Amino acid sequence: MCLAIPALILKLFPDGMATVSAGGVTRSVSVALVDDVAVGDYVLLHVGYALHKVSVEEAEATLAMMAEAGLLDEELAP
Amino acid sequence: MTLLKPGATIEMAHGGGGMATTRLIREIFAPHFANPLLAQAHDATRIDAPSGRLVMTTDAHVISPLEFPGGDIGSLSVHGTINDIAMGGARPIALSAAFILEEGLPLAVLNRIAASMGAAARHAGVPIATADTKVVERGHGDGIYITTTGLGIVPEGVHIAPTNIAPDMAILVSGTLGDHGVAILSQRQGLHFGTTITSDSAALHHMVADMVAAVPSIACLRDPTRGGLSATLNELAEAASVQMLLQESALPIRPEVAGACELLGLDPLHIANEGKLICICPPEHAQTLLTIMRRHPEGQNAAQIGTTGPRAAPGTPGLLRMTTLIGGTRVVDWLAGEQLPRIC
Amino acid sequence: MKYVSEFRDPALAQSLARAIAREADPARSYAFMEFCGGHTHAIFRYGVQDLVPANVRFIHGPGCPVCVLPMRRLDDALELAEAQGVILASYADMLRVPGSGRRSMLTARAGGADIRMVYSTLDALQIARDNPTREVVFMGIGFETTTPASAMAILAAQREGLANFSLFCNHVLTPPAIAHVLSAPGIDPAQAVHLDGFLGPSHVSTVIGAAAYRPLVELYAKPVVIAGFEPLDVLQSVLMLIRQVNEGRAEVENQYARVVTEQGNTKAQAMMDQVFTLRDSFEWRGLGAVPHSARAIRPAYAAFDAEARFALTPKQSRETKSCECPAILRGVKQPKDCKLFGKACTPETPMGACMVSSEGSCAAYYTYRRAETMAAMEAAA
Repeated sequence: MCLAIPALILKLFPDGMATVSAGGVTRSVSVALVDDVAVGDYVLLHVGYALHKVSVEEAEATLAMMAEAGLLDEELAP
Repeated sequence: MTLLKPGATIEMAHGGGGMATTRLIREIFAPHFANPLLAQAHDATRIDAPSGRLVMTTDAHVISPLEFPGGDIGSLSVHGTINDIAMGGARPIALSAAFILEEGLPLAVLNRIAASMGAAARHAGVPIATADTKVVERGHGDGIYITTTGLGIVPEGVHIAPTNIAPDMAILVSGTLGDHGVAILSQRQGLHFGTTITSDSAALHHMVADMVAAVPSIACLRDPTRGGLSATLNELAEAASVQMLLQESALPIRPEVAGACELLGLDPLHIANEGKLICICPPEHAQTLLTIMRRHPEGQNAAQIGTTGPRAAPGTPGLLRMTTLIGGTRVVDWLAGEQLPRIC
Repeated sequence: MKYVSEFRDPALAQSLARAIAREADPARSYAFMEFCGGHTHAIFRYGVQDLVPANVRFIHGPGCPVCVLPMRRLDDALELAEAQGVILASYADMLRVPGSGRRSMLTARAGGADIRMVYSTLDALQIARDNPTREVVFMGIGFETTTPASAMAILAAQREGLANFSLFCNHVLTPPAIAHVLSAPGIDPAQAVHLDGFLGPSHVSTVIGAAAYRPLVELYAKPVVIAGFEPLDVLQSVLMLIRQVNEGRAEVENQYARVVTEQGNTKAQAMMDQVFTLRDSFEWRGLGAVPHSARAIRPAYAAFDAEARFALTPKQSRETKSCECPAILRGVKQPKDCKLFGKACTPETPMGACMVSSEGSCAAYYTYRRAETMAAMEAAA
């Protein structure tokens, strides 16, 4: 359930709407459910509404942890 | 006085065979389709065809919307029929076109479609040799239905058919997948997304002629139209009783098409293409064919996407598989019905 | 695509797979339920099962709002479209679901009902604006990820005075459903499915927050790892679950930290509470009656409640005999245990919702594992 994708904010409007891009495809969506977003941020988009800002730091930390899982493996390898 | 007055539409009289029909043909169809064959103006057109094995194909086109980024029902029908001829390795020599027009269709729309069809036929060098038009009452048609039939000649020594497909062959595709379907979707009510993706509708016969001339041992060609790459390869795998394995990382897909698919929850493998072909060939010729395709504008993003595997018993399900981006395997099965967007 | 492609990287996938293989104890097996149908879909679509050892199994859960919608609610929606002549706007997922008499929204549309597929409630509101003399009903389905969109739609309709728009509310909640699955052994041992932990839903959690799962974990002592949607997220979450099990822990861990926080989206939560209240009980297809698990529209917004605006004839849901969706949704049975699978019941001729929704277990098995499943059925016969 709940197909949602990260989309880039291209333009913000005063009425709580925004234009976002997902891989180059643009769509008019509502950002009324998220605070403190700016052009250039990524938001999680589900059925035309942004539900959350994507945290750049957490994304990088998650990828780093995934890479670490592999590093440990190499240390243990005979 | 011209038929093409602002606001003019198709009326029942235009299909009646009388003066109105003649004017429609003279003022809209004939100028756009003009060629020596059509100019014979007989019920049946005489064609002096070169000798050789004759092939014939027909297609009915019922698309909505009628016009879309990168084409319309007219150019689509011309390209589609030319491609069907070309997929057998044949050279297209002539087309026919039959129109069913709905009362109320704006003449300006018909004119645009006829112009586009004529241009497509001229650009491809394949004349529309004969045509017919009828009109149905309002509500009995989707604006316009077009049926095109094509004739072609297969050159000596060319035998292209699914039965040639054998294990350990290369599977090539001539370019990016899903462009047409996404272009159509972007026009659809209720979806409202903006994209620069246009339909890839194109005639592929020149590219095919070059390919066949260079590599007569091509096993099979097919264009992945309705149902996308998945439907076409599943068909071929079944027809040849052979397994197939694709590499997801090798599939050429435009970022915007990928983005639209992610947004709507669609799988690009099931989305229609209108200007692409799949080529299955002996592996030693794959590079040659890729080079030839890439020299053509329609084949710019040609790539090898997989290989055929061992023979399978006829009727075995799940012949088409794909190694996924993360290195797992999935079956690429037929889709039941039309693929719909999803929220889940 | 940014924040998507990186989480499909093959090298990272292989390194996570190796870590899982190293840490999974060969002396035991692990059964993890992915609650969310979208995870089921992702697992099959990327072949995640191929990257984990054989003693790690995924049990598919009931987190498919299409699958769990009682048949009579769909019949109600069809009645609105056919008998009451409304414009019924719906997410595309619902279009092919069979209601009574195997009729679906698509068959109703073919019969002349005005049923329109939309991507967003924003589009449904526009249909209402464009058709001021017609009633427009939006079919609201989905868990907490999708519920805010319906709340926003009602608030927008109220703000604009859009008097011809209403919502047919079938929104459901995740924690009660998880609790129901976990408490099933207590209710009826035959309903028991042995689970070692949960992959928590990705985007529901974005809205409800990680904190929402803590009471569950405390009560049932099963680990929950909130897992992102991409295959690497699923793999990393499996690794985290294996570690919890091995270490005897039962905690809520958040793998999807890039969009899930402890509190979730409090603005969305407030908006849902403003517009919706909880039904005492709601019948979930497959799970039966689950208390406090579904939303109803508050009286203050009755003008936008399709159930208040339109009189619907009472109906009974009659499931197809032999359809094993109820047991499959709870993870107690698998598609191969259903006599109808692949024969009478296919995506083209679905008998139950598990087959028609693209992330129902049966649809997933049919699309990706048909050959093996049918072979297993032959062998068992």
